[in-house]
Amino acid sequence: MSKDNPDNSRRKFLSGSLTLVGGTGAAATLWPFLSSMAPSAKAKASGASVEVDISNLEEGQKIDLIWRKKPVWIVKRTKSMLDSIDTNEGKYKDPMSENIEQQPEFAKNKFRSLKPEILVLEGVCTHLGCNPAYKPDRNNGELGKDWQGGFFCACHGSKFDLAGKVESGSPAGANLKVPPYRFVDENTIIVGELPTNDEKSKG
Amino acid sequence: MSEKTEPSGVIGWIDSRLPILSFIRDHLTNYYAPKNFNFWYFFGSLAFLILFLQIFTGIFLTMHYKPDAKLAFDSVEFIMRDVNLGWLIRYMHSTGASAFFIVVYLHMFRALMYGSFKKPRELIWLFGVFIYLALMAEAFMGYLLPWGQMSYWGAQVIINLFSTVPFVGPDLAVWIRGDFAISDPTLTRFYALHIVAVPMVILLLVFLHLAALHTVGSNNPDGVEIKKNKDSEGNPLDGIPFHPYYTVKDFVGIGVFLFLFALTVFYIPEMGGYFLENANFIPANPLVTPEHIAPVWYFTPFYSILRAIPDPAYGALAMALSIIVLFFLPWIDSNPIKSIRYRSLLFKINLFVFVISFLVLGWLGVKSVTPLYSELALRFSQMYFLFFTLLYFYSQSRDSLYSYAFSFTLISLLSIYDILRISADNYINLLVGLVLVGSFVLLMSLLPLFTNFNKEKEVPERLTE
Repeated sequence: MSKDNPDNSRRKFLSGSLTLVGGTGAAATLWPFLSSMAPSAKAKASGASVEVDISNLEEGQKIDLIWRKKPVWIVKRTKSMLDSIDTNEGKYKDPMSENIEQQPEFAKNKFRSLKPEILVLEGVCTHLGCNPAYKPDRNNGELGKDWQGGFFCACHGSKFDLAGKVESGSPAGANLKVPPYRFVDENTIIVGELPTNDEKSKG
Repeated sequence: MSEKTEPSGVIGWIDSRLPILSFIRDHLTNYYAPKNFNFWYFFGSLAFLILFLQIFTGIFLTMHYKPDAKLAFDSVEFIMRDVNLGWLIRYMHSTGASAFFIVVYLHMFRALMYGSFKKPRELIWLFGVFIYLALMAEAFMGYLLPWGQMSYWGAQVIINLFSTVPFVGPDLAVWIRGDFAISDPTLTRFYALHIVAVPMVILLLVFLHLAALHTVGSNNPDGVEIKKNKDSEGNPLDGIPFHPYYTVKDFVGIGVFLFLFALTVFYIPEMGGYFLENANFIPANPLVTPEHIAPVWYFTPFYSILRAIPDPAYGALAMALSIIVLFFLPWIDSNPIKSIRYRSLLFKINLFVFVISFLVLGWLGVKSVTPLYSELALRFSQMYFLFFTLLYFYSQSRDSLYSYAFSFTLISLLSIYDILRISADNYINLLVGLVLVGSFVLLMSLLPLFTNFNKEKEVPERLTE
């Protein structure tokens, strides 16, 4: 091969393979940097369950706690609050709690809870993550005369009933999430653990 | 121009190693810009000034700020109360952010009016939209740093937008936060991106924006290419050297701007809760969302589009589209006439209605949601997108078949969306809105057939002033 007539196909092959190998190497080098941005071991470890005593919870009262850095609500619903909960087809996006992502198996019922009166929900709007406000009073002025009590997200106007079901026409697409929880005894709830089979049959 | 003599002395020694003199010649003293720049041409140089101001004040803020979720809020208060004149530097930085967006919006509106995004300036426009995107990211991440209630909940909403991406969304949101909720890792990475990464990207993009501008030259209020008419020495007949003519003009603009800027910094730095929101003077609390949350004013038009659609994924998609559509502007509006001065009455009405829609969407974005407001937000979001479809429609003359088909298609799409969401309580609202938006479409697309409202004026060969 003379100096004046380089073999172009060999050159192309060489620069092609160099691009491929070098490119793969460069892409692989990116990995440590991208992965360093994912949750650290410390952040992952902070997911332990939380125990709450609800013996002082009044009828209609809501308490907040933090589980996995998210707010979790516990509400003791009154008889009339439970009566206001319905599963009308047109009124809710997911009236029968069909979306299995939004609650553990045990809460796929009318009241979305283990015991009808005790409601446990993650207080994170399923639209864009705001913290909806608890508006238990019926016929609430700002929310209109059809309001049966529930949760209202002021960020983007999503409405949820007293079982956390999202009303049709809300920006949110799914019901409020029910976290895994179980009753240790009558007045103690552990949030973050599923009930054992034995407890489920009692509830 | 006479023969240039070779510079000597120290300058000559440097110039033969680094071409500073030829750079000044090519880009200032012998760079010809159209002679008819008006008020609207202040905002490019002002944006550049604010960029410098933000970097300068930002450097001094980093000397006292602490990027730690436990310390951040207090360190900002420390800057405000205890650092010598710290309040001044901080208010300059926070007012600078809003000023940046005011100036950039006016700069973009100028491009819309005079067709500065059109051939051969497509790349200038594209780099500009990228700068705008980077600026939004920069402002958003900066707003988290004071770690107030609005910082926290604003970031909560915006980061959750990413979780609506199909399949990878939730994991993507966790990766961005570095945790399952917004917390210390989110704050520290936003700090790093805000003070190092994004500013460098913006500087690079500004360099490209200007390099592309100096390659093809500036547009002007007449939209006539000055490079088409040159004198015997090859300089544009309708051009004047950038320096001293436009440097002097820009200094006047800078003077007026700094006057207004200082007035804001000293007397109304929070701008009644629009530049710095009231709730941000309360430390971040993951358990309580403020009663009323709204983004800072410069994001509100897009925020209104987001919440106009009652579904997280489609709402986020509509919002993303409302920004992505800007990238395609040079190809949407391919009408060869650049300046608004020679375009039709209907084009002017379309642009006017777009400005109104953008302002109304911005206003709705700071209001809390009521059924009426969310209906209005939807209609004005439709108007926002209609602007671009009508721009496409006016990009050439259309025959009657095309015009009827165009209006019929648009009105059908609007009606289908309303039919999908009709119910017993909202049908009157829907009907009124649909009739209003529908008649706008009808008028704008059919009037050219029956009137001369879409008649364009002849573009002169040379600049008119």
